Amino acid sequence: MSLTRRDVLVWGAGSAAALSLSGLPAFATATDDAVMAFTGGADTMDGGITLTAPEIAENGNTVPIEVDAPGAVSIAVYATGNPLPGVATFNFGALAGSRSGSTRIRLAKTQEVVAVAKMEDGTFRKASATVKVTIGGCGG
Amino acid sequence: MISRRDFLQVAMATTALYGASGFGKWSRLSAQQMLTQDKLLEFDTFGNISLIHMTDIHAQLKPVYFREPSINLGVGENKGAVPHVTGAEFRKAYGIEDGSPSHYALSAGDFAALAQGYGRMGGLDRIATVIKAIRADRPDAILLDGGDTWHGSYGCYHTHGQDVVNAMGLLKPEAMTFHWEFTLGTERVLEIVNDMGFPALGQNIFDKEWDEPAEDFEPYTWFERGGAKIAVLGQAFPYMPIANPGWMFPEYSFGIREERCQEMVDEVRAAGADLVVLLSHNGFDTDKKMATQVQGIDVILSGHTHDALPEPVLVGDTIIVATGSNGKFVSRVDLDVRDGKMMGFRHKLIPIFADVIEPDAEMAAQIDADRAPFKDALEEEIGVADGLLYRRGNFNGTWDDLICDALIEEREADIALSPGVRWGPSILPGQPITREDIWNVTSMSYPNAYRTEFTGEFLHVVLEDVADNLFHPDPYFQQGGDMVRTGGLGYKIDISKPQGSRITEMTLLKTGEAIDPSKSYVVAGWASVNEGTEGPPIWDVVENHIARKGTVEVKPNTSVQVTGT
Repeated sequence: MSLTRRDVLVWGAGSAAALSLSGLPAFATATDDAVMAFTGGADTMDGGITLTAPEIAENGNTVPIEVDAPGAVSIAVYATGNPLPGVATFNFGALAGSRSGSTRIRLAKTQEVVAVAKMEDGTFRKASATVKVTIGGCGG
Repeated sequence: MISRRDFLQVAMATTALYGASGFGKWSRLSAQQMLTQDKLLEFDTFGNISLIHMTDIHAQLKPVYFREPSINLGVGENKGAVPHVTGAEFRKAYGIEDGSPSHYALSAGDFAALAQGYGRMGGLDRIATVIKAIRADRPDAILLDGGDTWHGSYGCYHTHGQDVVNAMGLLKPEAMTFHWEFTLGTERVLEIVNDMGFPALGQNIFDKEWDEPAEDFEPYTWFERGGAKIAVLGQAFPYMPIANPGWMFPEYSFGIREERCQEMVDEVRAAGADLVVLLSHNGFDTDKKMATQVQGIDVILSGHTHDALPEPVLVGDTIIVATGSNGKFVSRVDLDVRDGKMMGFRHKLIPIFADVIEPDAEMAAQIDADRAPFKDALEEEIGVADGLLYRRGNFNGTWDDLICDALIEEREADIALSPGVRWGPSILPGQPITREDIWNVTSMSYPNAYRTEFTGEFLHVVLEDVADNLFHPDPYFQQGGDMVRTGGLGYKIDISKPQGSRITEMTLLKTGEAIDPSKSYVVAGWASVNEGTEGPPIWDVVENHIARKGTVEVKPNTSVQVTGT
């Protein structure tokens, strides 16, 4: 498993370009475009990938997430509500025992986190989770 | 299979106490003649296992008055479902007669009048008597503490929880989970946990740095009773670092962690558990959802949202038991567990009527010994209220109205904000307000009453944010408190709307003008989760205010208009 800094930067640049093209702060579109670039336009299916994220972030600046997709060669993660949705891409070699990765991400606000896995057979799997970023509340 | 017959028997256990009428007119003596300790403890022992559940006592070692809420709205799938049923509707749902002991103990309505007749409830010395009686009947009954135990009083604050720890040490619980305990700070929590002699549970307590299970807390513990293997899993309050100051326990992360809970259930089942119990501080609606999501839990002992239900709620094959708060109740759950299955159960929510149940002498002596150094300070009378002071309710309560008035007047603010916590006993009309009473509704380790400026826009963001913590249709996004209380500020709320559009028509009450998003207002509040918050402790602000007024006036509060229910 390797988390490539290069991919992070590439996704960042890609989504920024999408933003400037559309001229709108349409984050969903920026994510769609980034996913499109990752899948090459192929359809994504549900199942076969698990995205674990907290329901409510304890600290929006560092939110732990975990992705797990047995049989994946690559898993990309997107924060749909961030100015730049691309977060990370995990690539797995043929000998990788588990096809999972975890990292911490910064979330600007309440939003959906999306993970897309490219499988060994060339198909794509997708999972998403809403993470709430709150200013705090009152405990019972 | 759960036997439906047992379930129905359970339903009437408390309500059948007595159904005399005479509502509000009984003298203390005649009310008490209707209740006896034997009657309160009466239980037809069942099956091979007994669980005893207590939770959310908030350091109330002495008996208290505690009015249950008249407004407790449910949203989404929980709209109109218990515990979101209050007052007369609650009594109707459970067949509780008006004016009965169960009316007084479990629901709002005529509280002050009924309190005159039935007296205070709770007290750990009375609870000790009840637990001893259950243990006499079933010596290996398992006592489980759902947390919010070492928080909420003058004595608890000044002894850093030690007075409660001493008292609980006599009760000897067999496991515990947590919430407000963590506001004592990590060091103190670990000091108590390492010394208390029973497991500190929390499958969802994680080491924050490494995001792996924290080694100071166990996910579950084992019991062997009546020929059955019992696994008790702990679920600490999931949103501790959000609802309370995370900087006081920076080593830990929490969360619901449903996947891990399933893993732990699977692990104990594989290790031969015949019965799986979740000792939870999730809050009731979250527990209901968790029961549908995590397979294989037989019993959830539910805490945090302070609901007292006279019968368990059945979700699939899981029973959820809610035992109330502030020491008013203890639940006894007898189970028939055979061949790896829960075959049936019998349950009783035992109301702790303080004038009916004999105090346990050893416990009473322990509590009084720890009170002795503070006795004079605790009992000093500060003032009196001309009406009932209570806290519970989704939007306001008269105690919080008084606290907000104190903040506005003593801190010279336009607007006051007071946290929507659910702990804090009630004061009857004309009853002297002592220093102890003030601390019972304000005591915490981050009490500073700040004074600052908020723009109208930010005030709106705050109200929307807190409203979403209460009225998000998915219980996993709820934090289990009530709406932040506002003083000097009125608003409309449509609880059916999404975040950002629930709160409208915010009004500055002193001028009647609409709140201007771009204008700044002087706001006083307390219980900020931010480190370094400055200001006098809230109990001083409230005490000064009450002392200055002598008699505080309790007025109806019409500043919040609610729709979408």
